Amino acid sequence: MLRLVTELDGEIIRDLHPVIGYLHTGIEKQCENKTYWQAITLVTRMDYLASYFNIHAYTMSVEKLLGLEVPDRAQYLRVIMCELNRITSHLVWLGTSGLELGAMTVMFYTYREREKALDLGEMIAGERMNTRFFQVGGCADDMPPGFEQRLREFIDEMPGRIDEYEGLLTENPIWIDRTRGVGALPAEQLLDLGVTGPALRAAGVDLDLRKTAPYSGYEHFDFQVPLGVNGDAYDRYTVRLREMRESIRIIGQALDGMPEGGHIADDRKVVLPPRGELSTSMEALIHHFKLVTEGFRVPEGEAYSAVESPRGELGCYVVADGSPKPRRVHMRDPSFVNLQALRPMAKGNYLADLITMIGSLDNVMGGVDR
Amino acid sequence: MDERFLVVVIKAALVVFVVITAFAYTLLWERKLIGRFQARYGPNRAGPIGYLQPLADVVKLIFKEDFVPKGANRLLFQIAPMISVFAAVAAIAVIPWGDGFEIFGYNVEGVGTDIEIGVLFLFALSGLGFYGLILGGWASGNKYSLLGAARTAAQLVSYEVAMGLSVIGVVMMAQSLSLVDIVHAQADTAWYILFQPLGFLIFVVAAVAETNRAPFDMPEAESELVAGYHTEYGGLKFAMFFLAEYINMIIISALGATLFLGGFSGPFLPGFVWLALKVAVLLFFFIWLRATLPRLRYDRLMKLGWKVLLPLATLNLVVTAIVVALGFAN
Repeated sequence: MLRLVTELDGEIIRDLHPVIGYLHTGIEKQCENKTYWQAITLVTRMDYLASYFNIHAYTMSVEKLLGLEVPDRAQYLRVIMCELNRITSHLVWLGTSGLELGAMTVMFYTYREREKALDLGEMIAGERMNTRFFQVGGCADDMPPGFEQRLREFIDEMPGRIDEYEGLLTENPIWIDRTRGVGALPAEQLLDLGVTGPALRAAGVDLDLRKTAPYSGYEHFDFQVPLGVNGDAYDRYTVRLREMRESIRIIGQALDGMPEGGHIADDRKVVLPPRGELSTSMEALIHHFKLVTEGFRVPEGEAYSAVESPRGELGCYVVADGSPKPRRVHMRDPSFVNLQALRPMAKGNYLADLITMIGSLDNVMGGVDR
Repeated sequence: MDERFLVVVIKAALVVFVVITAFAYTLLWERKLIGRFQARYGPNRAGPIGYLQPLADVVKLIFKEDFVPKGANRLLFQIAPMISVFAAVAAIAVIPWGDGFEIFGYNVEGVGTDIEIGVLFLFALSGLGFYGLILGGWASGNKYSLLGAARTAAQLVSYEVAMGLSVIGVVMMAQSLSLVDIVHAQADTAWYILFQPLGFLIFVVAAVAETNRAPFDMPEAESELVAGYHTEYGGLKFAMFFLAEYINMIIISALGATLFLGGFSGPFLPGFVWLALKVAVLLFFFIWLRATLPRLRYDRLMKLGWKVLLPLATLNLVVTAIVVALGFAN
């Protein structure tokens, strides 16, 4: 829910004031009353279309504070799920922004593929959207039997499906007419406003945290960072579509090079013991009880870590005071920051183009109002 | 051929009944087709493979509250949908659907009424129908409705002109404004789409705009203006606007079929079957467009109307006039 107070002169926008807060959930504040592992469930629900990225940023910060090493296999699993999530997020974006311009068929196509990706998420994490699959120290579980095969089928099918979407839109004169030159801002201004993600890369700025500050083993993968030229809505569209293709490549590489090892760190003070041990090992039972009732303590300090979410730099800043609960959890959410660019974009343009601009920025209000 | 009054009444009732049934099934057909275009089924719950869906829709709309918003102009708000429906239904009268025939000793003409100025009559009624939309939007007392109505008015003016000019080419060739004569003229020579391909293209584009269909469905652009002129309408009054929109679609397809595709003429099958087939082809095209294309921006729509279609239609008209005057067409 985003309210835009616009000053109109006929159909031309003279000024625009975004009013946010209609979806305020108080998640950041609530995190302070939860133990570290409970807070994962909350942060997932901020940017609900990029739930894996929320937990990823959060767990990375907590791991940094704990000095915890995440096993390679867990890193690869995280990469797979994040890239799958990037695809679903871009699919929702493509479907809804197409719908906003009256191209309603695209939405049914994209949601068809999104269902498959969500089913894969359900298979591995037990839930379709707001999972808490990433844990502090790794992932909740390893890949279930049959998962890899279904995932491979999905990534084999996907490039052809993206061709289908492109067939409907990329060379469609009306689509080009509605998006080309719309909402373009110079790269310097975008950087000044703090815009990140596809909206910035469409303007030709090569800034992708997966390349510039690799995390979770992204340095091992071979992929391109798609860039645009004009920074208009059309370039954002092509950048996102190419990003989906790159994500497919990354998933394929992650499956091929999946390292052996545990799916979660072996630190019993932080990580829940395997379920099988609970009935045989007294020690495991004690650890389990302590972790579930009290949680683990995180040494005093503060940490910031950022991931490249489908919308840009998603950072999480955690302040720890030595107790089992965080003192402060703050998210640098790209939806919130990118929304600033809407006003300079919209001024002096047509009301109908405002719809295109909102669509092309891809703000998720759950991420804006935390 | 003189007709008895009773014959005319029965015929009119029958044709209106057929067209309104056609409306219901056009709607179902559209939903099913778009479902297929979009990799889903479309309505298939009510009755065998969804064939009672229109009935269910109508029953639902009838039982809804008859509602007038607070800021609305009561009288105009009530009348507006009726104007639209009246204009749409009245237009059926001049569409010819077959040759005359004799039944129980009575002469029956294959048209509601064959008036000398059938084409003009249709255009007049379509102009009248837009009053319904404009008044409805204005009387609702809602800014979205008003904006939608204003867009409708502008769109009507822009495309009516181009459409009129594209039709005049046909009229010149047939040397008549009567739709029946135009059909007979085509039966004597060939379908006018062969002589007037540009005219047909302009007609189709303008027809899509006239019926407010995608990609020209600006007046009801849901992401910008909620539902345009009928934002405040519900229940039966909404159903009337809906009925008018779809009947207009059928009428304009029938007009296109009559002017360019030979109307009811064709071998073997009876006239009304030919007309129905041709109308179905054009309707399919309308639906196909809606499933495929995004919406044009409003100012582009205006530019297309005035800067592209109008000059092209004028050119087409001038060339046709010269050719007809020199006597090549005959």
